[in-house]
Amino acid sequence: MAVSPEFLKAEREQPWRVELRSKMKNKERTALTRVHMNEVDARERILSNIEVNQGLNQVQAMAEAQRCLDCPNPTCITGCPVEINIPKFIKHIECGNFADAAKTLKETSTLPAVCGRVCPQEKQCESQCFYTQKMNAEPVAIGYLERFAADWEQNSGQMAIPEQAPANGIKVGAIGSGPAGLTFAGEMAKKGYDVTVFEALHEIGGVLKYGIPEFRLPNRIVDVEIDVLKKMGVKFETNFVVGKTANVEDLQEEGYKAFFAGSGAGLPRFMEIPGENYIGILSSNEYLTRVNLMNAANPTTDTPIISGKRVAVIGGGNTAMDSVRTAKRLGAERAMIIYRRGMDEMPARVEEIKHAQEEGIEFLTLTNPVEYLADSQGRVSQVRVQKMGLGEPDASGRRRPEVIEGSEYLIDVDTVVVSVGVSPNPIVPDSLPDLKMTRWHTIEVNDDNLQSSIPFLFAGGDIVRGGATVILAMGDGRKAAAAMDEYLQKNQ
Amino acid sequence: MNKIVAKEFFSENVVRLEIEAPRIAKARRAGHFVIVKNGVDGERIPLTIAGSDPKKGTIDLVVQRVGVSSRKLTELNVGDEITDLVGPLGKATHVEKVGTVLACGGGVGVAPLLPIIEAFKLAGNRVITVLAARNKDLIILEEQVRKYSDEVVVMTDDGSYGNKGLVTEGMEMIINREKVDLSVVIGPAIMMKFASMTTKKHNIPTMASLNTIMVDGTGMCGACRVTVGGKVKFVCVDGPEFDAHQVDFDEMLLRLSGYKGIEKEAELNYLSKNCNAK
Repeated sequence: MAVSPEFLKAEREQPWRVELRSKMKNKERTALTRVHMNEVDARERILSNIEVNQGLNQVQAMAEAQRCLDCPNPTCITGCPVEINIPKFIKHIECGNFADAAKTLKETSTLPAVCGRVCPQEKQCESQCFYTQKMNAEPVAIGYLERFAADWEQNSGQMAIPEQAPANGIKVGAIGSGPAGLTFAGEMAKKGYDVTVFEALHEIGGVLKYGIPEFRLPNRIVDVEIDVLKKMGVKFETNFVVGKTANVEDLQEEGYKAFFAGSGAGLPRFMEIPGENYIGILSSNEYLTRVNLMNAANPTTDTPIISGKRVAVIGGGNTAMDSVRTAKRLGAERAMIIYRRGMDEMPARVEEIKHAQEEGIEFLTLTNPVEYLADSQGRVSQVRVQKMGLGEPDASGRRRPEVIEGSEYLIDVDTVVVSVGVSPNPIVPDSLPDLKMTRWHTIEVNDDNLQSSIPFLFAGGDIVRGGATVILAMGDGRKAAAAMDEYLQKNQ
Repeated sequence: MNKIVAKEFFSENVVRLEIEAPRIAKARRAGHFVIVKNGVDGERIPLTIAGSDPKKGTIDLVVQRVGVSSRKLTELNVGDEITDLVGPLGKATHVEKVGTVLACGGGVGVAPLLPIIEAFKLAGNRVITVLAARNKDLIILEEQVRKYSDEVVVMTDDGSYGNKGLVTEGMEMIINREKVDLSVVIGPAIMMKFASMTTKKHNIPTMASLNTIMVDGTGMCGACRVTVGGKVKFVCVDGPEFDAHQVDFDEMLLRLSGYKGIEKEAELNYLSKNCNAK
């Protein structure tokens, strides 16, 4: 589904881009230094849920946009799972045409204000930038610029509605309203389909709402993008568990012709070590859901939360960082990451680790919990950990952690958040006995078109990949929409 | 959506709500539950479906006032709408013809027990039901239970109705009299613990429907986890019914007390606020 090089070339040859390139020599462009994102000071931001990254202003954005060389062969696009026409939107910013920049993003991305914030650009578009690839220099800040253009549009109060094909009256359903389902819905609506998104929770957005905290991704940002989908005619059914409230067969009887399963990997894993069910030990999903979705830290809401003074978060991914930084904001005096490998092996984004360090989070690396101890009330009071060393690389290429005998010691804790991974949610597969699954309990799909063993069911995001990223889920939503369109047109 | 079409007080603190929910009414089976959240600031709480009328498109929920959220629900009136209602959730009860079923319901646990009694009766079993509560006023749904039971034994702690004594005494009476093939126990965790100890003594297979703390009810958080046969299970997706003899009830009781202090405080705040308003 790659964007054709001819199309990109034709766009690049448009007079405004030719003229823009001639305004400044490449040498001058490469001599500019990468913009720095404004951030709220760590001492201030841990007192509230304020968004840490404050975004670029117009001057910063236009200056950064000048660094982009508008390459003839824009490798950055290959690093983007939804293939945003990166040079085009950046050149629009350079000219000050922010509305056109936002419109360019919307051509292929349904949630640009979200992606600009949560994508690991250092592993995607920015890793393929000319500066990174050929100059060994800091890449163009593509993520910051994407966020700038999307925010500018949101703040302008005039959200552009993407162009849509005439309605074709064909009903399709998205199962799950996370990043995969929302992207799928947007793409299908563009193609003229009658789309309904079914969501089990009472709010739309999946992990964008219950998982990623306000200080990284404010809910209002997500809601504005969902609102665009509503304006495009996408319908949303909350409190609807496909496989429980109604089965796929029931919905087929109601006229749905095809489905996209984007029900995610919501099932938390535990370590199954002694004492893990004591009071005060919870999964990161529960912890973050209480705080983010249920607003439990706000005294006017009914959902309770235990805000501990000594909080240990087990794990080293983005969810672990989100949990431990949330604990700090809920008033923890000691908020710690306990991770069995080293700093360099942590899967969390470099920026999140940096922010966590600035906020006073303690990192106990090469440390692994083996047992929890409780007080007489059954509340967790201590965790017994052991020190780890790093041995030979394992199948994943990371050095295998090995126990250092006799290194055990106790740490006082009153809250433990377990963030050691998730498994795919089984509700949709369980309701479809003919659906082929992999041995990792993910839905088996054809790599080329994301079609499952049931022809009218396509699937993408974490229900296919296991725990992955927002942008990969979005890429899958887009790919599945294109494939489903082709399937439905052929089977009319 | 989710309009309350009927409301009935079983006792001062126990209310039956009949709610419009056509899809749930059609899809639900004995053993299923729903998650209810009312209002923007409401919390999500699990309630077992006590019955349904698929033609009318309604489900019955029986709510006992135990804290802020349940109290707010019982204060809703006919015509009010519940903002969020999702289900049916959990696994349905596995029903088959086994012979004689001893069903035991403690307090408000009779409400979730009722559809199970009905299902076992309709599957051709002999059903003997023990209803237990602290006193006469807390015995609910007796008439409906009688409809699907071959025999009903009522036990009250204070002897104000039926026989004086605990649920386990009523159970022993039946077990000593005739052969029981399966027992189903639903009620407060402590009651289920002792009821299942009673059947274990007599080697009677027993199912319990667990009522743990829940948040989403769809398997994504693990708040409801319990240990069953040494393995961690999520009540919302693996249950709510389990082999009662495998359940670690002591751990479950402990986990249920996790938010006791916060809950008590919240209720006192709510009550004092309402007093001032009046």
